[in-house]
Amino acid sequence: MLFGFEWDLSSPLAFAISIMPILLIGMWVTIQATVLGFFVALVLGLVFAVLKSAPSRFISWPATLITEFIRDTPLLVQLFFLYYVLPEYGIVLPAFMTGALALGIQYSAYTSEVYRAGLEAVAKDQHEAARALNLSAARTFTHIVVPQAIPRIVPAMGNYLVSIMKDVPVLSVVTVLEMLNVAKIVGDRTFSYLIPLSLVGGLYLIMTLVASAGVRLLDNWLPKQGIPLK
Amino acid sequence: MHWTDYITPLMEGAWVTVQLTLYSTVLGAVLAFVFGIGKLSPNWAIKGVSVAYIEVFRGTSLLVQLFWLYFALPLAGTAMGIDLRLPPVLAGVLALGLNIGAYGAEVVRGAIQSVHTDQHEAARALNFTSRQTLWNITIPQAIPEMMPSFGNLAVQNLKDTALVSLISLGDLTFRAEQIRNFTQDSTTIYSMLLVTYFGMALVVTGLMRLLERYVTRWRTVGG
Repeated sequence: MLFGFEWDLSSPLAFAISIMPILLIGMWVTIQATVLGFFVALVLGLVFAVLKSAPSRFISWPATLITEFIRDTPLLVQLFFLYYVLPEYGIVLPAFMTGALALGIQYSAYTSEVYRAGLEAVAKDQHEAARALNLSAARTFTHIVVPQAIPRIVPAMGNYLVSIMKDVPVLSVVTVLEMLNVAKIVGDRTFSYLIPLSLVGGLYLIMTLVASAGVRLLDNWLPKQGIPLK
Repeated sequence: MHWTDYITPLMEGAWVTVQLTLYSTVLGAVLAFVFGIGKLSPNWAIKGVSVAYIEVFRGTSLLVQLFWLYFALPLAGTAMGIDLRLPPVLAGVLALGLNIGAYGAEVVRGAIQSVHTDQHEAARALNFTSRQTLWNITIPQAIPEMMPSFGNLAVQNLKDTALVSLISLGDLTFRAEQIRNFTQDSTTIYSMLLVTYFGMALVVTGLMRLLERYVTRWRTVGG
């Protein structure tokens, strides 16, 4: 029994049906972790992108080094680091929060590059035209550059959202009860891993296909020339 | 224990990580070419198998694949009456290789499709067979296009090897966990672990740059 649901081992099909509610509860945790991790990655990535493009080398170089370091080290190790080291310095977070934070930190290194590439891809003559029209630097950024960068940034971010979803099972090592962990517990208790783990694989396939289709729809819906902010 | 005492066990684990990375990257590269070319095949059966492989392994989580191979496959084998129990090393290499191979297959497909159609027309005009065109015209020009993405995937694969510690394989992360359980010295051990992975990733990046220079050398000769 898990989350109040009994499993029925009388036949493979009955077993699969009886553990479905348990897996769906796990899936809900997976989705929550994905969304929270993605949010952290979006915010932290923007911070890193700004720091990396800072005019002073004393800011941009350390920021570049930090993002390279984050990008080149495994999520699992970063998660262990946050989970076991932060409490030694008095910062005690629930496992779920630590996991979402680790996901967000790992992917901020990737999202910061997406922001940077998106902003740099705006053609140079747009900047020149804005200057010729006597727009201030702030107005050029908010009304000329950002609206044109958004259609380039959104699809790439969507792909990272799907990647984050696929990395959520790593959080099971710090006792987060996401979908894979729940399936593993069912397997541990029934000695039948095949059906729970196969179902998790199938559910993952559905989740990523739906999420990818959503990203593609969003990409088609966004006007390529940019969206006005007003 | 002083932090220098951790170095020897960590290096033993690092050697396992290096071997895992090497084997699974080679396996992944082979699978990438097989299924990347397969996805472009006019034969619908080959194309269907390739698309299914790529979608399944890119669409599910690596950890799910690893657990499936290690925990579920033996039970599927029992149901069919064959022994499919994999030793952890084999399960690890297979899961990592199959996973990275699916990502690589998309890279191979994209690079092959990026070769200009003029080249195909010229090859046809010179009476090359389609196989000759593929091996002698398309692939040599597509490989340099693949290299930057392959470099990223190799680093990705190195990072992913950390997950095999979860099926009790004595890699770098597993050894670090053992030491931490013994000494509770989390800050030191995990800092060393992060730095070691970072150093290994820099080496992988460097090696991939060398390989890239090697496979693009004809560009500077012919212009």
